[in-house]
Amino acid sequence: MTEHHLEVPLEKEERLTELEVGDVVYLSGTIITARDKAHQRIFEEGEEPPVDLEGAAVFHAGPVVRRVDDGYELVVIGPTTSTRMAKYLEDIVDAGVKLIVGKGGMGPDAPEVMKDRAVYLTAPGGCAALLAERVKSIREVHWLDLGVPEAIWVLEVEEFGPLIVTVDAHGNELAGE
Amino acid sequence: MPDDSDRELLESIAEATVEALRVAETKLPDDVLERVERALEEEEDDHARMMLEAILENVRIAEEKGLPMCQDTGLITVFAEIGREFPLRLAGTIRDGIEEGIRRATEEIPLRPNVVHPISRENTGDNTGDRVPIVRFLPTKGEELRLHFLPKGFGSENSSAVTRLLPTEGLEGVREFVIKTVREAGGMPCPPIVLGVGVGGTIDEAAHLAKLALFRPLNVRNPDPEIAKLEEELLEEINRLGVGPMGLGGRTTALAVNVELAYTHTAGLPVAVNVQCWAARRATAIVYPDGFFEVTQREYPRG
Repeated sequence: MTEHHLEVPLEKEERLTELEVGDVVYLSGTIITARDKAHQRIFEEGEEPPVDLEGAAVFHAGPVVRRVDDGYELVVIGPTTSTRMAKYLEDIVDAGVKLIVGKGGMGPDAPEVMKDRAVYLTAPGGCAALLAERVKSIREVHWLDLGVPEAIWVLEVEEFGPLIVTVDAHGNELAGE
Repeated sequence: MPDDSDRELLESIAEATVEALRVAETKLPDDVLERVERALEEEEDDHARMMLEAILENVRIAEEKGLPMCQDTGLITVFAEIGREFPLRLAGTIRDGIEEGIRRATEEIPLRPNVVHPISRENTGDNTGDRVPIVRFLPTKGEELRLHFLPKGFGSENSSAVTRLLPTEGLEGVREFVIKTVREAGGMPCPPIVLGVGVGGTIDEAAHLAKLALFRPLNVRNPDPEIAKLEEELLEEINRLGVGPMGLGGRTTALAVNVELAYTHTAGLPVAVNVQCWAARRATAIVYPDGFFEVTQREYPRG
């Protein structure tokens, strides 16, 4: 298992091709959460995304947060089921997203849609206390009217992982028998 | 109107709810933890080992820091066993106490607000709503109120299934349906999973039995030896599928299979499978008539 440490958002696209199914990845920099409703608002209702998606790492997740005086504090965060967002895969890759992090795979079309363009990473499901330790801060939150889980949270992370390359940019997918 | 002693008891129920949910959300029951540890000992696949190690590390951090182990703090189901000598004039307000406890737990632990209107999808913000929490009242003997909590995430709930088999499909039909459900679920429900299987009754009763089965500790088999054997055989068969932790391949796809039965109509065979992720969270609050309560992860409803 080759280990990669990537800075996100990705500036150099060639780094994508270094990733092969089964490799282990840790992310540092900025990641963006989005799930059902945020995808729906952008790709069905046509609203402008409140964050830059070019080169972005999108994390299918809805955190537990605590309200504090000057905003919000992250309590725990872990991946949600990615197949619910599979119908927006083509759209989100077209929008420039290079890394998608979640759990449970990205649907049967993923290897073809993501080929040469994006990579899907599996985070350990349910490991929300572990992953929260790798989140340094909440930088921004958008669309809180969608509810805490469905809002877009912009997070600063350090060595966020372990994440396993499940769909690479070479058209391959890692899965159980 | 409730009198003062009723109000005190209601307050006890609310506090017992907060403490039971705190235990359930932050501490994996010992029987579940033992199964995950065993899965790691038996695993040879590198990815599967990495996922199981992450789970164990996560459980350690959550317990140490008092954090929810999973961000999906679940939809809350309660099986409330009311002893026949528990002050029954309170039966209508037991639910109020539980709801008040859930609202407090959402702020204090904290829990993620997960409860939405099914159509408008508007979030209530406090984990309660019409008919939620789901509370099943079960009469029992004794003087205590036993509140069994099962906060359950929807990655796994969404992989659950019900069916109506023909009576002639019998045991083989049941097996096939369980295996098909697990195979189709793949990595979605955060394996290694626990399966609750309900067989018999009506379609809703089968689904209720499947949920009841999930409360049972993983080291307790069905008292009927034939059904206990079915549980073990299904577990072996599921673990031969190779889905593995998080669906990335490996030896352990399920930690246990718990089956519950009810008699049914001669013309039918309803079957339900309730899929539970590795974070098989549960806790029981035992509330006594004087308002004293204790919380444990070793009790479960017998239905």
